Amino acid sequence: MSGEQAAVRKRSLLKSIGLGFAVLLGLVIYAYGFNVTKVNFEATRSEVRLTQLTRILRALAHPAILEYEKEELDVEAPFYLPCPDGGVPETPPDTSGPYLVATPPCGDAKQIIQIEGYNFWPNTKGPINFIPPSGAKLTIGNLATDANGYFSAKVELPKRQPVEEAQTIRATARRNVGLPRFSDTALTTWDKIIETVFLALLATTFGTATAIPVSFIAARNLMSTVRKPLTSVALSTLGWLLGIALGVPAAQWINQVGESLYEQERHLTTLAGVIVGPLAAWALARWALPQEELKRPTLVQRSGRAVALVVAAVCAIISLRLVSNLAIAAGASLVENLGSLAFLGSFVAQLGDSVRMITPLVVVMVCGGALSGASGGLGEYVANQMPAGAAKSVNLIVAAVTGAALLAAIGAGINWFYQIDDPMLVRWTPALVGAVLGFIIALRASPRQALPIGAVAYTIARTILNAVRSIEPLVMVIVFVVWVGIGPFAGSLALALHTVAALAKLYSEQVESILPGPLEAVQATGANRLQTIVYAVIPQIVPPYISFTMYRWDINVRMSTIIGFAGGGGIGFLLQQNINLLDYRGASVQMLAIAIVVATMDYVSSAIRKRYV
Amino acid sequence: MLEITNLSKVYEGNVLALDRVSFKAKQGEFMAVIGLSGSGKSTLLRCINRLVEPTDGQIVWNGVDITDASQDEMRRIRRKIGMVFQHFNLVSRSRVLTNVLSGRLGYVNPVMSLANRFPKEDVEMAMRQMARVGITDQAFKRADELSGGQQQRVGIARAMMQEPEMILADEPVASLDPVLAHSIMQYLEKINKEDGVTIICSLHFLDLVHRYADRAIALNEGKLMFDGTPAEIDDEKFKEIYGKEAERVG
Repeated sequence: MSGEQAAVRKRSLLKSIGLGFAVLLGLVIYAYGFNVTKVNFEATRSEVRLTQLTRILRALAHPAILEYEKEELDVEAPFYLPCPDGGVPETPPDTSGPYLVATPPCGDAKQIIQIEGYNFWPNTKGPINFIPPSGAKLTIGNLATDANGYFSAKVELPKRQPVEEAQTIRATARRNVGLPRFSDTALTTWDKIIETVFLALLATTFGTATAIPVSFIAARNLMSTVRKPLTSVALSTLGWLLGIALGVPAAQWINQVGESLYEQERHLTTLAGVIVGPLAAWALARWALPQEELKRPTLVQRSGRAVALVVAAVCAIISLRLVSNLAIAAGASLVENLGSLAFLGSFVAQLGDSVRMITPLVVVMVCGGALSGASGGLGEYVANQMPAGAAKSVNLIVAAVTGAALLAAIGAGINWFYQIDDPMLVRWTPALVGAVLGFIIALRASPRQALPIGAVAYTIARTILNAVRSIEPLVMVIVFVVWVGIGPFAGSLALALHTVAALAKLYSEQVESILPGPLEAVQATGANRLQTIVYAVIPQIVPPYISFTMYRWDINVRMSTIIGFAGGGGIGFLLQQNINLLDYRGASVQMLAIAIVVATMDYVSSAIRKRYV
Repeated sequence: MLEITNLSKVYEGNVLALDRVSFKAKQGEFMAVIGLSGSGKSTLLRCINRLVEPTDGQIVWNGVDITDASQDEMRRIRRKIGMVFQHFNLVSRSRVLTNVLSGRLGYVNPVMSLANRFPKEDVEMAMRQMARVGITDQAFKRADELSGGQQQRVGIARAMMQEPEMILADEPVASLDPVLAHSIMQYLEKINKEDGVTIICSLHFLDLVHRYADRAIALNEGKLMFDGTPAEIDDEKFKEIYGKEAERVG
């Protein structure tokens, strides 16, 4: 008993010492933190800084939103600097109107004199200037009149070359005329805030559209069940590489057809193509994809269908390219004829242009996907139908070739970045290593064993998303500024890229948390993977997807207000400019605008989320 | 004819869920699977349509080796095997009609179905199946607006859309009250008797087994303990299946 008590006491003593050390360690950590962040409370009390702070805070409290038309009253009086030898000639001012009296009427540099004004506009303000014969005016003080239109100000005379004749002191009173109007700052701020909101909207839209498919690849529960035998994996990888290699010339050919049609201005041919192409593609697809299939199709049927689908894809892609031609041409003519709605025309043209840019990518992806699918199917057939020994030897060859091709492709990518340009180093060595690796994997894996290829894809997707997400849009925008120039387009591209990475992760976590029951039920009906996603996954993730998209739009609006700091357009550009020009009243307008937009966005997004979730 | 030979399933972490289970089920039979929770009933049913990959053994159905089928073949096999679940497993945010139609996914053109387009005949068939289980007026409601009994009837209609030759029912009445349980069991019975669909149904209550099943098999810790008619389950067999401390409740 006593031994136990002693043990308890000992433990509590150790605990106390440990706690003491922890506290000490904490103190040291914070002390170091103070040191590296240069905490200096003396600076906060410095009088010079406090004056500046006051000035800036006051300027910020007076945002230059409204301004008045100004009316000026200039009143001048002669002044001698220095005093002339013969004394100052008497020139009594005209006291019927506003007039100035300087006491004394002459003086030396740096001397302080009194200036009084009579019969000015009551309760006005303005500068007092000293004007030498050169005409370059120099502000020496300010006036503020009382209710009777009288003011008195002490000013210091400037240091100037001595001049014989009379120089001029001019007092300028300013008053507001008419109703207030929005200042130029307010108007440009309005322009830029609109730009900012739309920048965020575009970035969110494109980001969301890309993030949704990516999120399925980055969802563990969907991907972990994807397992394929090695032959299938290797062949479909080869299929991708081959498809991309074939897709590039195919894309170039389609592009040439499109370009030549556009240059020859054969718009009617184009129009005919746009109408006939999709119809042909539709008809072929309908024939190749029967509504219902009760029996397994024969090999002849299936090959016929595959050919029909290829033709349909070619038709569809060519007509897509033609649509882009048509849109560019139509957009250009709309720009000429629509007047103030010209932006609609240029929108159409830009859409056409974006389709033109995407078409080659679509061609390459379709080629790659189709070949990969076909060769993957072949691989599965080999793995399942051929005797194990034969399948194994096929595996050895195919895996070695795939490994070689894959690593050689990666080598080419590395070479593009680092320009090593040594075929031995960037092509043959990786190819050899890849072949050996593929061979080893094929040797170890039994031919029918299903490899967790989905989990590999999941890991790669997650890694890429995490890497992209860790780069701030403010940094990304620098690259895009180099690519597309300073402006909101660069900003929206940077935000869109970051949105893809961030949303895909959030989305995929939602996919991972869906109920598995409906998934299993839809699978049990004989649905394929894509059908399972559409019927069992998507209905479950609609509410969180809406919620996260709104949340992201909210974040993008915030980000877009400062992305201009790095050249990404929007209101941040203006804000930075005004801060650099020390125009704090202008900057204050922009800060106010940002605050209003962010607060509104906050409210709207939470209202929408509440409604849909 | 369903023929299962030496079926074993080992889950990750060396959990033995099925231990060399063998039995046969004739076409058109109503077979009950009984046993304690965790005895491997769900795993057994899910192995038959390979929602769970068996570790070892063979399942042959109408002359086709299910355990050996490729993924593509498996989809074709699955569409002839309906499945009904304890928790209904409806997509709760989708309409009842969509849930029922999803039973047709194995037959329809995958591309068209992605756009939620089904042939007219399939929609008509869905209406017929819903009428059969008495939920036609719920067709356009969201699935989660329905009561438990109604949801299970949607589940049955969905399975029937597959024009199945066999239905696997995984404790279809375990989350329903006794009255609803009988009504659901009667639908299954009707499907079994009228359409000649083989039904393999895991159940907890012996009175339901006696009332509806032609045959029963029993599992205990993954081992097949009993294979015979429900009437053959006497007190001794009962203790073998459910353990020595168990008492009959129904």
